Amino acid sequence: MNLLEITNLHASIEEDGTEILKGIDLVIKPGEVHAVMGPNGSGKSTLAHVLSGRPGYMVTQGTVSFLGKDLLAMKPEERAREGVFLAFQYPVEIPGVSNNYFLRTAVNAVRRHRGLPELDAMDFLQLLDEQAKLVEMEEALLNRSVNEGFSGGEKKRNEVLQMALLDPRLAILDETDSGLDIDALRIAAGGVNALRDGKRGFLVITHYQRLLNYIVPDFVHVLSDGRIVKSGGKGLALELEAKGYGWIETEAATAAR
Amino acid sequence: MSDALLNELTQREYQHGFVTDVETESIPAGLSEDVVRIISKKKNEPEWLLEWRLKAYRHWLTMDEPTWARVSYPPIDYQKIVYYAAPKSAKEGPKSLADVVPELLAMYEKLGVPLKEREILAGVAVDAVIDSVSVATTFREKLGSLGIVFCSFSEAVHTHPELVRKWLGSVVPSRDNFFAALNSAVFSDGSFCYIPKGVRCPMELSTYFRINQADTGQFERTLIVAEEGATVSYLEGCTAPKRDVNQLHAAVVELVALDDATIKYSTVQNWYPGDREGKGGIYNFVTKRGKCLGKRSKISWTQVETGSAITWKYPSCILMGDDSVGEFYSVALTNNYQQADTGTKMIHIGKNTRSTIVSKGISAGHGQNTYRGGVTILKSAVGARNYSQCDSLLIGDQCGAHTFPYIEVKNSTATLEHEASTSKIGEDQLFYCMQRGISAEDAVSLIVNGFAKRVLKELPMEFAVEAQKLLGVSLEGSVG
Repeated sequence: MNLLEITNLHASIEEDGTEILKGIDLVIKPGEVHAVMGPNGSGKSTLAHVLSGRPGYMVTQGTVSFLGKDLLAMKPEERAREGVFLAFQYPVEIPGVSNNYFLRTAVNAVRRHRGLPELDAMDFLQLLDEQAKLVEMEEALLNRSVNEGFSGGEKKRNEVLQMALLDPRLAILDETDSGLDIDALRIAAGGVNALRDGKRGFLVITHYQRLLNYIVPDFVHVLSDGRIVKSGGKGLALELEAKGYGWIETEAATAAR
Repeated sequence: MSDALLNELTQREYQHGFVTDVETESIPAGLSEDVVRIISKKKNEPEWLLEWRLKAYRHWLTMDEPTWARVSYPPIDYQKIVYYAAPKSAKEGPKSLADVVPELLAMYEKLGVPLKEREILAGVAVDAVIDSVSVATTFREKLGSLGIVFCSFSEAVHTHPELVRKWLGSVVPSRDNFFAALNSAVFSDGSFCYIPKGVRCPMELSTYFRINQADTGQFERTLIVAEEGATVSYLEGCTAPKRDVNQLHAAVVELVALDDATIKYSTVQNWYPGDREGKGGIYNFVTKRGKCLGKRSKISWTQVETGSAITWKYPSCILMGDDSVGEFYSVALTNNYQQADTGTKMIHIGKNTRSTIVSKGISAGHGQNTYRGGVTILKSAVGARNYSQCDSLLIGDQCGAHTFPYIEVKNSTATLEHEASTSKIGEDQLFYCMQRGISAEDAVSLIVNGFAKRVLKELPMEFAVEAQKLLGVSLEGSVG
């Protein structure tokens, strides 16, 4: 069964009705890593938001099936529990809530949904310690408030740590490389690669090819003005890096004529 | 978060809204000198106390109900209130738990009041008050061996008249304000606690007050005295059954700390808040004040206020002794049509007195939440210091948060700091939690508890958990 099947997806901003996604088709099979690239304003982040159920968007056409289920009919927390994980471009701070407690609350919400016993504080700590090593996360950060006072790199590593703990079927990475220096990028990407197990699917959204040196995709799609205008293998990313987005947009515009 | 908590969160109605069917002995509604005399007589009080009540009553007649608070409610008819109700079985006073009627025990069971002997392990001594008469007091013997007196107020009047007479009204005079005067005239019962010199009370003392009888105003009076070097931590928890009419609750709490004494007073208030349309609920008009009489004494108030239709209370500290310390930690939550006007007064009189105020207001639904605080530094208070922090959290766009800090400084050596913030629970924060599989209601509870953490951690451990749950439960249906 396909992991994710997006068919003719159209979505607009709820507030003013501006259409951002204008007919996306995409299939991700288990174990595949898909990169979605594109210039600013092409709809990359909107795609991530719509798939994860963020409020503020309206799906006007099309379907999204996740492991055969209607993803768009589910509430955001249900999508998460079913196994859709979004690594945020801008992770949110939650003052006064310790990272450790937040993570355990999330893990247990997901475990309950999957019919697994909840983890008590001790068992969870053990799991947390193991997974924290994956992203070289210091213990101090686990006891601080969620993302509060974290550096850009620490926030992104925290996202990857959450991904590891929640064990999703599909992980969506929204510009995980933005604002990261090369060391932070290497650590975050290393964490993601460790989670590639041949079953989990990845949708990697990025503006730059750089990230794809570390997380090597099976497929690359170029998004322009709300549509996927070109798909290819990992070579496509290199071509984009060399030539910019302009030629594809011109090509797409010509084809549309 | 546990399953049990999740279940609680999805139960939308006020949980403590059951009525216990106990035969009660009441006097007719209304207030007069005769009623004051009847109350005093029923409690078999000495002449001086009756005189004290009558003086308060006569003064009350000359006073007007305060109108400065940012709350609104229809006029209260003081002649429609029943001023005395006692469970019949308590007439003679129970000698032990075995003498307590089973319905009452069952009620406390529902509330989770630890009354049974096995609770010795929990280290909680409970003086349970139902309506007007204290029903059962546990652990008295153990405390007694240390010289600690912990009993109902009316009992103390008979067993320790000299202490009651010495300290009653010494912090909140009977003429202090309208509701304090009313309380002084008709107070029914409450707790009395005396910690002798140098004694550290080995357990948390706790009282569960509960209004049970319909149309009964509850007017407790609590007095805690900590002698030189004594230390005590006291917790009151409050719940009341659900009724369509508003009920008045006008309590007075007085604390006295002598040299090097410490009193920690924690409140978890969950009186019935009224329904979603704002019908019914308790008017919680309470005067709480502590006097740091001795040098290096300390009084710390911690309150978690989630219930009541209207809350009007300002637990305060009079810092008389040099180097004395006053603290006020507060979380006040208003949802639906609840109104809260709460805060503190810190009055610095002695040298090098210090005070800390941390107030966290949470408003949801149509709730209105006001922080009103006064910091006064008198001329004598050389080197006084105050730190105040008032934060407001808004949930939704129908609620309100208001802050009225009053600062009066008459000594130039004083140092004052005031910080304030207002924030809104962001959609971003909610979505972030939900994307991690956490439900909207649990997410709100999580964010609110994070916001209130600085205050919650001041609560004794076993009550902090209860308070956390309460914050979540009280916000049910506030997002959706």
